[in-house]
Amino acid sequence: MVYPTHESCAHCGHHHELRVENLRVRYRHVDALQDVSFATSCGSCVALIGPNGAGKSTLLKAVAGLLPVTAGRILWRGTKVAKWSREIAYLPQRENVDWQFPITVRGVVRMGRYPQAGWWRPFSNADETAIEQAIGLMELADLGDRQINQLSGGQQQRVFLARALAQEAHVLLLDEPFTGLDRNSKSALAATLRRLTEEGRLVIAAHHDMDTVRDIYDEVLLLRRSAIAFGPVAEVFTAAGLDATFGVLPADGKELA
Amino acid sequence: MIDLLMEPFQHPFNQRAVLAALLIGFTNGYASAFVVLRKSALKVGSLSHALLPGIAVAILVAGLHDWSVFLGSLVAALLIGLGSLAVSRGSRLDQDSALAILYTAAFSGGIILLRRLGVAQEMEAWLFGNIMGLRNSDLWTNFWISFAALGVLTALHRPLLMTLFDAEVAATLGVPVRALNYLLLAVLIVVLISSLQAVGCMLALGLLVTPAATVYLLTDSTNALFWGGSLLGGLASAFAVLAGWWLNIEQGPAIVLVLGALFLLAFLFGPKYGLLHRSHRKGS
Repeated sequence: MVYPTHESCAHCGHHHELRVENLRVRYRHVDALQDVSFATSCGSCVALIGPNGAGKSTLLKAVAGLLPVTAGRILWRGTKVAKWSREIAYLPQRENVDWQFPITVRGVVRMGRYPQAGWWRPFSNADETAIEQAIGLMELADLGDRQINQLSGGQQQRVFLARALAQEAHVLLLDEPFTGLDRNSKSALAATLRRLTEEGRLVIAAHHDMDTVRDIYDEVLLLRRSAIAFGPVAEVFTAAGLDATFGVLPADGKELA
Repeated sequence: MIDLLMEPFQHPFNQRAVLAALLIGFTNGYASAFVVLRKSALKVGSLSHALLPGIAVAILVAGLHDWSVFLGSLVAALLIGLGSLAVSRGSRLDQDSALAILYTAAFSGGIILLRRLGVAQEMEAWLFGNIMGLRNSDLWTNFWISFAALGVLTALHRPLLMTLFDAEVAATLGVPVRALNYLLLAVLIVVLISSLQAVGCMLALGLLVTPAATVYLLTDSTNALFWGGSLLGGLASAFAVLAGWWLNIEQGPAIVLVLGALFLLAFLFGPKYGLLHRSHRKGS
């Protein structure tokens, strides 16, 4: 696949590639993932598709450096991802977040500058600028001082995206970002992810809703403990591929290819 | 009347008790914000019970000194905390159950041992506090413990809050989540020890949860939670010591009771999250 040229990676001449090689993650005495290999690049929006328990969250967490890799390796820009990286942002499932935590929208976004500011250094002007820019880009300017428990689902998702932008991340890993959003929020989020992708980021999202895959994503990784297939949506997101991933035919036999 | 109100301030042991209550209440109030945000009050409560056997063993081994009591209770709480972790990882039991088994067993051993050590008259002080019995040296010990605990907690405020909000996100931003969790637990144990003389190990949990829990019902601001909890803890404790003198009731339970009453008020009448306000809003 030919990746579009983009602006935000201009500081670096070489190819921004995320390469996963023969990844195996053993988790609580079970192989959550094995034989997962794929390579993608900035400027692509990738869907992780597979049944529950297929290892979508595990793969996202492994790339984010949250889980120890049992075998194989994950390379970002040619360097092994050992632990965390400022360039990789992880956005948890909304239902796993404590929305009653007493913190404002701006407070969450400020967390994105922790790698720059460290344990106690006050935020610099550059930090403050990045924070306000991120809030503005995600159209949260009016909500900066609002408590996070007073947000709609779409706004909650945008707060986490703003945090990732403040972090100046190149890779955005999202766990089921569309789950629980209403129709308008869904299409708004899809447009936002498209824009972030075109600006030169790599977006990887676990995704459930089969009807919207074509509209949102460039590439698909079919996953069921191991990688079933990876490639452009048109080539991989086929009836045969989904059969192999989910093990059954779609109930109504709807044409998917 | 005025004489009765002013009487507590004329005795040095009373002045010490009020000062100690301010100091201990303030530190516990600040730390209580972490306990409330961490949602682990009962775990901390188990560790407060684990202090007693540590004191007993320390007295048995090294005699009754400030430092032996401090070290003994600290080591005991750490051992039981880490022990419960080891049991839950090495068996199919969850950590709460393991903790309950370990701390009740250790607590029982501590009671039996303390009775045999000839310090039985002090038993009640260890269990429920004896703030009127404070010496100047105790006040200094408390001051340094509070100073150190507040220093560590404020210095690490930013990464600690990130860890409590979302440990996974914090880890992807380079926060040493696991180390901070252990450190926070260690600091909380030290704060519990500092409140031993005021409220004893049975009631220490009340002082280390209620202040910020009360403020939590009144505000969404994180800063207000920490500093409001501190002020509430300090002032309520000092007031309770005086009230204890005026009404001739035990100071330790008085502190926790006053805090509990304030919590009830916030629970019922809080302007934002209060029960009456919410049912009123629902009704209207």
